[in-house]
Amino acid sequence: MQVPRFWREIPRYYRLEAAACVQCDAIHFPPRKICPSCGANAFETVRLSGRGALTTFTIIRTPPSGFTDQAPYAVGIVELDEGVRLMAQITDCDVDTLKTGDRMIAKFRRIREEGRTGVIMYGYKFVPDVGV
Amino acid sequence: MVGIVGYGTQIPRYRIRVEDIASVWGADAPSYKRGLNLNEKSVPGPDEDTATLSVNAARNALLRAGIDPQLIGAVYVGSESHPYAVKPTGTIVSEALGACPRVHTADLEFACKAGTEGLFIALHEVQSGVITHALAIGADTSQGAPGDALEYSAAAGAAAFIVGSEDLIAELLTTDVYMTDTADFWRREHTPYPEHGGRFTGVPAYFRHVTGAAKAIMDRAEMAPEDFDYCIFHQPNGKFPVQVARKLGFTEEQWAPGLLSPTLGNTYSGSSPMGLAATLDVANPGAHILLVSYGSGAGSDAFIFRTTERLSDVRDRAPHTRTQLDEYRVHIPYGTYAKFRRKILKAE
Ligand SMILES: [Zn+2]
Repeated sequence: MQVPRFWREIPRYYRLEAAACVQCDAIHFPPRKICPSCGANAFETVRLSGRGALTTFTIIRTPPSGFTDQAPYAVGIVELDEGVRLMAQITDCDVDTLKTGDRMIAKFRRIREEGRTGVIMYGYKFVPDVGV
Repeated sequence: MVGIVGYGTQIPRYRIRVEDIASVWGADAPSYKRGLNLNEKSVPGPDEDTATLSVNAARNALLRAGIDPQLIGAVYVGSESHPYAVKPTGTIVSEALGACPRVHTADLEFACKAGTEGLFIALHEVQSGVITHALAIGADTSQGAPGDALEYSAAAGAAAFIVGSEDLIAELLTTDVYMTDTADFWRREHTPYPEHGGRFTGVPAYFRHVTGAAKAIMDRAEMAPEDFDYCIFHQPNGKFPVQVARKLGFTEEQWAPGLLSPTLGNTYSGSSPMGLAATLDVANPGAHILLVSYGSGAGSDAFIFRTTERLSDVRDRAPHTRTQLDEYRVHIPYGTYAKFRRKILKAE
């Protein structure tokens, strides 16, 4: 049962909430208890823009169970305009023309579901940012 | 004065052409294309549903409204394809937008009318002064049974409207309704696809209720068709809304900006609300807009809005509906469509 674990991640998965260090302004996603940049332990909650550029990616052609009907699909690291890097699935894209440097925008999507009767887990994925 | 402070839409990227559905079932594509003015329809990706389309449309509405999501006191999601049979879509949407926890939410259902029901409640609730802002969404990822006439039109999309009483982009002038018990379309519990009354869906259902609501609201407002700059009627296909507009005395200039169904299909609860969004994308300040929805079962909600100067300041803060429709699309074959809509399943 993944419900409790997933529920705790809602601020991060649904709203891209990150921790901004009040001492050095470094933004951490996922949030940290101690700032790795300056050692401070006080943070403000900020919401990331969800806009950035694709820095690296891989195409999954033999997916794990639960994702088999989506193959082939891309998983990549996007560097947001705030400087934060995060890994996510790249959806709504043509995996054969995807390239590093492509502008990306985070969208709210289904991440996975527990079978046909279980809970549906939502979160962020990236799509090519073509102004729509 | 109460009205709309922000609006936004989301259309999935995928499309299927009428020919590609007709060729699978040996049906006559021209009868759908010319007869119903339908060319293609949107198809949700496998990771999209009513909740995701609602959130992505509402984020666009927030960009235009420019308000703190914590100000939203109510969230209404109208749909006939809520992801869960039991568990609200509104909680998912509210949490994703950052409106929780002091937000009232309700999922609404009334076939294709559920979206404007939310708008109706949101406008009158804000007007009452109980809350300052409310969010109303119409969204669907509807399905027609394979080979059924509805398969050619059942599409996916969402429109979201943030309602308030300050910084309006469109003021509400008045509302009206027309509703009876008419079984033209239904789906029983635990059945995957809806059934419908065939030709019965036309005259006694769609035309009677849309015309009834349009006439009632024009009487109430003491306005005639020529007093409006734009009109939007529910779009189950590309033909009915044009027929009803003509019959009421409207002209193509008034309905063309909001008529999306020929290349979008019927987005059910999202249908006339998305037409309103597309109209707001192009309307000048001071424009009068008539919106009439229709939901099988059956009823119509009617609204008259007048746009303000602020509309042109905010419309480019988010993607235009027509841009999403015309520029973000990939055509898929029937097999991919059947897989995306889980009409066929891979053995695990
Ligand atoms: Zn620090």
